[in-house]
Amino acid sequence: MTVLPPATTAPAAAPAAQRVDTGPLARGSRWQPAEFAFWLLPVLAWFVFPENLSLLTQIAITALFALSLDLILGYAGIVSLGHAAFFGLGAYAAGLLAKYGYGDPLLGLAAAVALAAAAGFLSSILVLRGSDLTRLMVTLGVSLMLYEAANKLTDFTGGVDGLQGVEMKLLLGLFRFDMVGRTSYIYCLAVLFLLFWVARHLVHSPFGLGLRGIRQNALRMPALGVPVNRRLVAVYTIGAAYAGVAGALLTQTTQFVSIDVFSFPRSAELLLILVLGGTGSLYGAMLGTIVFMVAHYLLADINPQYWQFWLGLLLVLVVLFAREGIMGGLRRLAAVWARRKSAAARP
Amino acid sequence: MTVLFDGVASGLLLFLISVGLSVTLGLMNFVNLAHGAFAMLGGYICVLLLSRLGVPFLLTLPIVVLACAAAGALLERTLYRRLYGASHLDQVLFSIGLVFMAISTAHFFFGSQQQPLQLPAFLRGQLDIPGLDIGIYRLFLIAVGLAIAAGLQWMLTRTHFGAELRAAVDNRRAARGLGIDVDRVFSLAFALGSALAGLGGALGVETLGLDPEFPVKYIVYFLVVVAVGGSGNITGSLYASLILGITDVVGKYYLPQAGAFFIDAVMVLTLIFRPQGLFGRGAVR
Repeated sequence: MTVLPPATTAPAAAPAAQRVDTGPLARGSRWQPAEFAFWLLPVLAWFVFPENLSLLTQIAITALFALSLDLILGYAGIVSLGHAAFFGLGAYAAGLLAKYGYGDPLLGLAAAVALAAAAGFLSSILVLRGSDLTRLMVTLGVSLMLYEAANKLTDFTGGVDGLQGVEMKLLLGLFRFDMVGRTSYIYCLAVLFLLFWVARHLVHSPFGLGLRGIRQNALRMPALGVPVNRRLVAVYTIGAAYAGVAGALLTQTTQFVSIDVFSFPRSAELLLILVLGGTGSLYGAMLGTIVFMVAHYLLADINPQYWQFWLGLLLVLVVLFAREGIMGGLRRLAAVWARRKSAAARP
Repeated sequence: MTVLFDGVASGLLLFLISVGLSVTLGLMNFVNLAHGAFAMLGGYICVLLLSRLGVPFLLTLPIVVLACAAAGALLERTLYRRLYGASHLDQVLFSIGLVFMAISTAHFFFGSQQQPLQLPAFLRGQLDIPGLDIGIYRLFLIAVGLAIAAGLQWMLTRTHFGAELRAAVDNRRAARGLGIDVDRVFSLAFALGSALAGLGGALGVETLGLDPEFPVKYIVYFLVVVAVGGSGNITGSLYASLILGITDVVGKYYLPQAGAFFIDAVMVLTLIFRPQGLFGRGAVR
């Protein structure tokens, strides 16, 4: 839990600030039965699809990536066309470390977090200036610059051929990354769950509430004592760090870094995942990922070009007709259901 | 000198393609990332007419313009219109969707290879002035680019339609109240933007190449021009294109390993120091 912002007025007001009733916040953050059910899914998947563990791992990684964008876009309302930049930085950080002999997975994660968070912090200063349009272009520009850099620094990154020779050590000194991908799946799932848990705390804290307020009305929040810019920088840095972890996980489980990690389609796909699931809800990001990845798996086998067509069509349709995504649909269903039940109870 | 000349030519080509975006994004405030798709459409139409039907090159250009204008107007009427009031994010997502569909459609019909373009004899070759090699096609590009720039500037500032468009952009409700058919004006403006994109795409086949990835490959260049030039500003776009074209050609000539790095850097730096563009009006809306 983040602490409430300290009262900035005279000391006499301080006790009043401490007596703020956080009851509603605490009640809102209690785990619902549906959430427990949701987290049983990946456990079930382990038993039901034991031969598809690599796909499941991909889903977990993408879910984490979607979560990171959701924090900055869904909650704080910062639009980004270049979120892949941080994903790629994390991927290369973990990959290069492992290539030069420091293949401990957790060390790789730490390095990815550090690099991505630093990059996120620095670029947040650029990104937070200006309007949505400027943000779109700056984020796009930054990610394309990184793509160019990775493309041209062939000695360092392998260029378009990708970074090869990534060798992972044992996880926690105990578990080998096996061919079937059992270790990878459990590892990624554990990281995802841990970071989800942190994010869940974050969005239910006063910090998260402040972010949502900023998205809805950035001009009013300073009047309520929320330092808008500092909050945005913080959440952008956190989002970047999350994306870096996702990138590092991808490197460590595939033992390879493709230059693709920086590419524009990756950022665009991520946006689609998020709007498909519904922005501004952590479970929306996860559901969107599952639906998207499974559809990709089933359709892309037929023909990658057709897949892109359906992807585009889906984007257009979602924007035009289903702006609230899967979570919005579910919420509407739940509302209808609740109304039926109360109507049935009344007579 | 030759490098500088090539830079100017490439800048004007950039201007031809991007000025349409300056109309849709800059004036109408619609983040149309699918702009490159219209340029690609223009390119393919031009190549097909030229190679399959044997239409002379100069005659393909008006056909391209008309076809792209029609496609733009059609899409505007059916789809784009619904999103004028939407957030920038929605517009971006929507137009990315269109780009993806355009790319895979192009793949389906034409395959992934580069499309060759045979220029007519009178546009090939070079003029040799001592110390300066002038490609005739480059000269042609410069002439067309300048003509279009002048024409557009004249249209926006001097004609009735230009006045209506500016009014509709600045305040839609007031414009409607004054009896301006805002829907029609926007449709026409969008068609104009698409037509310009198509023309630029057709003229650019020779230099930029043409394959299904075209809309994504060059999207940054178009955005850079609008970003650096300031939105809705024809002369600003022209200067920005020239600066970028020269930077790009000179950068690639003297430091080829840096690739497209320069042009991205120019965009980011401009946006950092002048978020409204180098030649923009004081405030961004």
